[in-house]
Amino acid sequence: MKAVKPGTYFWQGNEACAEAAIVAGCRFFAGYPITPATEIAEHLSKRLPQVGGIAIQMEDELASAGSVVGASWTGNKAMTATSGPGFSLMQETIGYAFITETPCVIVDVQRLGPSTGQATKCGQGDVMQTRWGTHGDYSAIALSPNSVQEMFELTIKAFNLSEKYRTPVILLADEIIAHMREQVTIPPIENIEITNRKKPKPDEKAFFGLDEIPPMPAVGEGFNVVVTGSTHNEYGIRHTADPLAHRRLVERINNKIQKNVDEIAQVETHNIDNCQIGIVSFGCTSRAVYEAVETAETKGLKVGHVRLKTIWPFSEKAIKQLSKTAKKIIVPEMNLKQTFYEVERIAKCSAEIIPLNKIGGGELITPEEIFEKISESARF
Amino acid sequence: MSGKFSIRKYLRDVPLPFCAGCGSLTVMNQFLRAVYELGNEDLSKFVYCSGIGCSAWIPSPHFIADSIHTLHGRSIPVATGIKLLRPNLNVVVFGGDGDIVGIGLSHFIHAARRNLDILVIMVNNMVYGMTGGQVAPTTPLKSKTTTTPYGSFEYPLDATKLAVTAGAVYVARWTTANSNELKESMKKALEIQGFRFIEVVSQCPTAFGRRVGFKNAGEMLEWFKKNSIPIEQAERMSEDDLAGKTVIGEFVLKQRPTLVQTIHKTIEEAQKEVEKD
Repeated sequence: MKAVKPGTYFWQGNEACAEAAIVAGCRFFAGYPITPATEIAEHLSKRLPQVGGIAIQMEDELASAGSVVGASWTGNKAMTATSGPGFSLMQETIGYAFITETPCVIVDVQRLGPSTGQATKCGQGDVMQTRWGTHGDYSAIALSPNSVQEMFELTIKAFNLSEKYRTPVILLADEIIAHMREQVTIPPIENIEITNRKKPKPDEKAFFGLDEIPPMPAVGEGFNVVVTGSTHNEYGIRHTADPLAHRRLVERINNKIQKNVDEIAQVETHNIDNCQIGIVSFGCTSRAVYEAVETAETKGLKVGHVRLKTIWPFSEKAIKQLSKTAKKIIVPEMNLKQTFYEVERIAKCSAEIIPLNKIGGGELITPEEIFEKISESARF
Repeated sequence: MSGKFSIRKYLRDVPLPFCAGCGSLTVMNQFLRAVYELGNEDLSKFVYCSGIGCSAWIPSPHFIADSIHTLHGRSIPVATGIKLLRPNLNVVVFGGDGDIVGIGLSHFIHAARRNLDILVIMVNNMVYGMTGGQVAPTTPLKSKTTTTPYGSFEYPLDATKLAVTAGAVYVARWTTANSNELKESMKKALEIQGFRFIEVVSQCPTAFGRRVGFKNAGEMLEWFKKNSIPIEQAERMSEDDLAGKTVIGEFVLKQRPTLVQTIHKTIEEAQKEVEKD
């Protein structure tokens, strides 16, 4: 048995993520136990050795993320999985992976913070940490699954994006999606698109510039690659005071993401060209939105929905489109207005942005609560 | 080996960053001599990992080799990922005392416990040199540094003893005043498998020496010579007699299964089990 066989499975979200990693070509996993992400480590500890890969439990999340970076420079695909407290510890390494252009996948199964918070309960409070968690100018790619099927699909997508753009990619899952069990359909492996990093030609030397996304060698291939988290030129040589070297590097690694938003950012939309009320949602909360929208429509209300499959880079286009017809946009989320402000920034000139927030105890925002907000908004 | 040793053939044409009299130059020189005397015409069989601090700059970007200059304290985790997936490459970590047994201490202990197949060379200058001379976990008691202006009130850590306890298969300590022993020790360490640790007590005349009464690097080397006790002699001395002394020599040389061996055996077994299903 190698990667999972095509067929229908009844899987937990974390299990789907682990199996997807193998399909995507991941051959190194390092992690540290943490609820609600532990099952990913457990599953990969069993499965990776079966496909010739390595899974290792490290002494902490700093070491987990660090060894993933090392593994990636051997030319292999690598991943770690954690939750809020561990994700906080990994922020420095995420910045390192970003500036060294090291492809890797970091899964953050969100729970309730800050700090230890409510460790076993669902939250969506890491949205802004994902975007701004590391220091310095940084552009994140973060994906948000809302089903077990999508845990599978977006984990593969996360690897593909990280390989294509040579950058760390975050799978921003949540406790509900990671722990629930659902039917998953796996297509034949040959039908699944897999992206691999661009390798250098034998005489190439510029692994950190010239091209927008430069080719990436592995150690031991004779390229004598110099990797550093300090500002460096296109050959990897430190330039710790040269203003131009810093601008050139940091602007390029941000631009390679910001200029390709349309290609990276995926949204699922419903009725956004003809609605009075709009909704922007992501992750587990979006499942309640589906039902609320259905209820509203049976009562004759026109509701548009943008579901963010990609949280970062933010899909401004879809929000702008929604705000052309929607006079009010509701943003339900299990945090205190993290995505709300982003939507407000984009659409406040053409629509009123209405927050709908709930935190604590893992209580979900219910379809009834969303429907109530829709009807309330439709009255005025 | 053809021709005479020339350090230049292993180094990029990039100016070296070290202060005059810095011990890192001795470590760099002796390491490359060791590599040369073992018959390596180039560094293609190696990967170098280092963290943040002056001695992290020994390999990066100077060695014409694959080198990864990581975050402060995280060179050993990065080396872990590399060694497990590229077991044929010789992975060498360079770091200072702050990097290896300050901020990165946990990784150091766990890598020794796992018997990860890497060589860690720790340049112990007893201070945070790059930031201008702050107290380190290795600073001798009562030493004046910029953050202990009245003298350090903490006892220093013995990284070498810690490596022995944690399970390293080769552990040695030298000072920059024993450069030949250091080179021979590096040669030995490069030829064996498992977690190997060499501590080099080194001078930082700029950020440490001048604050504790040494006029230059030469005076610090004299101090090292007077203050070091070979391990064979130290074994016959009392703890009181050894207080404040640097014990030098080889502390451990043993064999036990390495992480690369045990993890790859696990993979083989897992694959056999799956084939049976």
